[in-house]
Amino acid sequence: MSDRDAGRPDPDQLLAQVQAEAARATRARLKIFFGAAPGVGKTYTMLEAAHRAVSEGVDLVVGVVETHGRGGTAALVEGLPLLSRRRIEHRGVMLDELDLEAAIARAPAVILVDELAHTNAPGTRHVKRWQDVIELLEAGISVWTTLNVQHVESLGDVVQQITGVKVRETVPDAVLERADDVELVDLSPEDLLERLAEGKVYLPEQAARASESFFSRGNLLALRELALRRVAERVDVEVLAYRREHGIAIPWPTRDRILVCVGSGPGSERLVRATKRIAEGLRAPWSAATVEVIGAPPPADSDRIRLAEHLRLVESLGGAVVRLRGHRVPTALLEHAQAHNVTRLVVGKPTHGRWRDRLRGSLLDDLIRGSGPIELHVIAPVEQARSPRPQAQRVAARPWRYSVAVAAITAVTALGLATFGFISLADITMLYLIAIMLAALGGRGPALVAATLAVIAFDLAFVPPRFTFAVSDTQHLLTFAVMFASGLAISTLMGRLRAQERDATERERRTAALLAFTREVSSATDASEVAVVATQHLEDGLDAAAAVLLPESPAAGNDRDAGAGLVAVAGLMPLAGRESTVARWAFEHRKPAGHGTDTLPGSRVLAIPLLDGDRAVGVLAVQRRKDAGPFDADQIHLIDALARQTTLALTRVILADQAKDAALRANTEELRSSLLSSVSHDLRTPLAVITGAATSLRDDGDRLTPLARHELVSTIVDDARRLERVLGNLLQLTRVETGLQPTREWVPAEEVVGAALSRLEEAIGDQAMVVDVASDVMLWLDPVLFEQVLINLIENALKHGRPPYEIRIAREAAEVVIAVADRGPGLGAPAARLFEKFVRASSAPGAGLGLAVVRAIVVAHGGTVTATARPGGGAVFTVRIPAGTAPVVGDA
Amino acid sequence: MSGRILVVDDDAHVRRFLRTVLAGHGHPVIEASSVAEAIATAIAETPDVILLDLGLPDGDGLQVVRALRPASRVPIIVLSARGQEGDKVAALDAGADDYLTKPFGAGELMARIRVARRHVVDAGGDADAILTVGPIRIDPPRHEVSVEGVLVKLTPIEFKILAALAAQPGRVLTHRQLVRAVWGGSPVDQSHTLRVHVATLRRKLEREPARPRYLVTEAGVGYRLRDD
Repeated sequence: MSDRDAGRPDPDQLLAQVQAEAARATRARLKIFFGAAPGVGKTYTMLEAAHRAVSEGVDLVVGVVETHGRGGTAALVEGLPLLSRRRIEHRGVMLDELDLEAAIARAPAVILVDELAHTNAPGTRHVKRWQDVIELLEAGISVWTTLNVQHVESLGDVVQQITGVKVRETVPDAVLERADDVELVDLSPEDLLERLAEGKVYLPEQAARASESFFSRGNLLALRELALRRVAERVDVEVLAYRREHGIAIPWPTRDRILVCVGSGPGSERLVRATKRIAEGLRAPWSAATVEVIGAPPPADSDRIRLAEHLRLVESLGGAVVRLRGHRVPTALLEHAQAHNVTRLVVGKPTHGRWRDRLRGSLLDDLIRGSGPIELHVIAPVEQARSPRPQAQRVAARPWRYSVAVAAITAVTALGLATFGFISLADITMLYLIAIMLAALGGRGPALVAATLAVIAFDLAFVPPRFTFAVSDTQHLLTFAVMFASGLAISTLMGRLRAQERDATERERRTAALLAFTREVSSATDASEVAVVATQHLEDGLDAAAAVLLPESPAAGNDRDAGAGLVAVAGLMPLAGRESTVARWAFEHRKPAGHGTDTLPGSRVLAIPLLDGDRAVGVLAVQRRKDAGPFDADQIHLIDALARQTTLALTRVILADQAKDAALRANTEELRSSLLSSVSHDLRTPLAVITGAATSLRDDGDRLTPLARHELVSTIVDDARRLERVLGNLLQLTRVETGLQPTREWVPAEEVVGAALSRLEEAIGDQAMVVDVASDVMLWLDPVLFEQVLINLIENALKHGRPPYEIRIAREAAEVVIAVADRGPGLGAPAARLFEKFVRASSAPGAGLGLAVVRAIVVAHGGTVTATARPGGGAVFTVRIPAGTAPVVGDA
Repeated sequence: MSGRILVVDDDAHVRRFLRTVLAGHGHPVIEASSVAEAIATAIAETPDVILLDLGLPDGDGLQVVRALRPASRVPIIVLSARGQEGDKVAALDAGADDYLTKPFGAGELMARIRVARRHVVDAGGDADAILTVGPIRIDPPRHEVSVEGVLVKLTPIEFKILAALAAQPGRVLTHRQLVRAVWGGSPVDQSHTLRVHVATLRRKLEREPARPRYLVTEAGVGYRLRDD
């Protein structure tokens, strides 16, 4: 790329800009009244603006506005059109919520939805109000809303640091970025404190609890700065966009790519938010990686849930989630980072002691050494509290393993006592070690039990002074230590081995299952087959009911307004009412919904849209058994993998169908046009002749000589016959091609030929015709249809060839061969093309249908027809049909 | 000899053409355009021949045949299109005398009318009379057949087939009518057997069995012994 190019906007970016502009012109607008703290007057400002808009004739309604009993605000609401609220009872309290369906049905130009960060009452469609807002926007309704800075997701931890209040109601940054207008409602901390003192500020519950600390002047100043900065950043982005639109060169930011390493520790949350802020500052894409260490024991449920929460946070902040697997965390991270051109890597500051690094190696050290050109950001967690160590899920050893431990030690002790005096103490120690190793195979518990028992038994029975716990020789203390240590070491090794083995088998099982699925699904030929296979595998793999739903017409995925129904193509689960709403929502919004998600989480169904790019091709729905908990990571893994494969297979099938349709359409189109031209020519020509001759006879009959009259009449008769032939062939072809089955009978070959020849008697006249039909050949065919085959072949020979003509029928092995030959100029067109519709020798009249009819009928009889040049000049048409076995006829 | 002819067809052009041709041959023509009209006219006017189209607006021409048979022996010639072999056979089996496939020539039409009227006249004739069709001479009492004066040896079945066809020369007989004539209403589908016997018979009668002049096949319908 030359230097000159560097100043030019990237074409992709230009395109995106044009598209964004076009979308902005039509799409609904989101306006946010943004404030630093409760009480600055956001709702008030919004309502004032609403009054102005209404007076200008804008179709505006109030969806939800919290007046909190404040007189001024309540007075402002009056006079504005109100949408009825939805009343929901929750734990005995009646809650008013935005009625989303009613709002979409009412479809105003603008709707007012106060408090974007609000959490909806259980039983509503979405968990959060901002999700309602997104849906309203998607429905083409502009939304005005209010938001405080402390509810912005990426600022959550900063706010917590400032105010000490943990904010639970947050709005993803993406929503704020989606806003077309952000209007800062600003009030100085002094004025706010004054209003607070006058009781004009309604306090949200958590703020009320901490109101003293929250509404301190220092806090308010900090929050105000945060809000101002946030809006300023937005302005900055807008300026950049403006400059880009107007071709003003700006220094291109380096193409940064940021990766954050996320685990289950509580510090990860802060890592994620920090990364988001860094990424925003650099305007760089970012992603979060979590590394699953191969061979490590499976994490405890609580860790797994926390990790899932962190990953969800990543997604809500606009980052991508990457799941890596590797033997070591640093290697896996660096490999991924290098492969994806990551420029900055964000990791947490270690919270454990130095000794652990010495023992296990330090992640940070390894990263610093291996990161090469990648910048490393090390971020401290909020509290310096130690993260609880990830709890490994311990598999309890089975009781019988303890029995093995006890039995082994007892046996060794007995053996030792029996042979005491014959073998040395060291040998006995060795025997005990063997017993401990044996027990250690059963896990850490049995190993410890065995080691303890061994030490006791050895001490009691063999170490002098015998039969006391006293130890005379300190050397034996070392023996005891070795016994313990080896027991521990072996059991740990065994445990790790077993975990690895379990992991390997599990992975193998998963891979095999996926492979089997891929294989099965790739042989499916239509969408419903794909659906059946997917459903089966999901149900087998998850122990849950599953279904695949497809739109009624495959094109509907593009058009959300088409109102096409989703149809369950496969699966036992009848999706009714609420469940089908979940599936529909997932399909229309191209996001997962239901069980375990933020949308309609109360449902037992989890619906995952099958996305091919931006287009949903269907929905995969899984229903948990009644008492089952949320899906675990492996199951989600499986569902995701199957969903991806299913999408691929569905897309393939749909594309194949479309290609087939297109080919068919093209074919039909071509056929139609050639039919039109052919029919218009071949039907009109004889009609023209007939009309001409007949009118001439009618009008000038008296003036014509008898010879001329006779000539005209013959012309009429000939052309009428020609017309009949064309029509007859067209009809016959249509009949056979639309699936008319031959009515077969056993007919002597002679008879078939005879019938055809007698119908052509006049056309043949006295031309030489050799007929050589073996007298005993019987044909298994439809005599009426097959007569047409012979008539057309003979007519074809008469038309294009010269006598002598020949018809031969003979049996050859399992076939009967029927040959019609002539001595003419040979084939007028490539042999294979002759049997196509509307192909004819250029000079000859006729619609070129005769041979197409021949082929259609012969094929319907399970036979073949070929045309070849005849040795010695002319052409020969050969029909072969299966001979079969004719029934025997008695002579009586 | 010029009998009155009832033309049953719902197409005015066909009726006009038939009227013109038939009148030209000296036949007075009566017309009908529906099943009901055809039956009423046939009973009231007692025509000498009926030309009956199978597809009529208020029903099937077959209904007309069924209504008139067996009370009336008036010759009925069915007019139909190619591809309606099943309908033709049904009409013939129901008692129609012959059929003509549209489009047909005037000569063909007149020949069929002649044949049909002759059978009515011949109906009371002697079953043992000697029959001659072209070069073929049949002597029923002696079970003898000769072609161009040369005796040919026929099997009993072949003789029965030939006798049945020769009894009404020029008229088509369906497979079923022939099977009944030969085997006496056997319930078994004998058409395959019939074809084989016709083939052997043809080889004994015709000079070129694959290009028959007399014993001709009407594909999908039956056989006819041509006498012209």
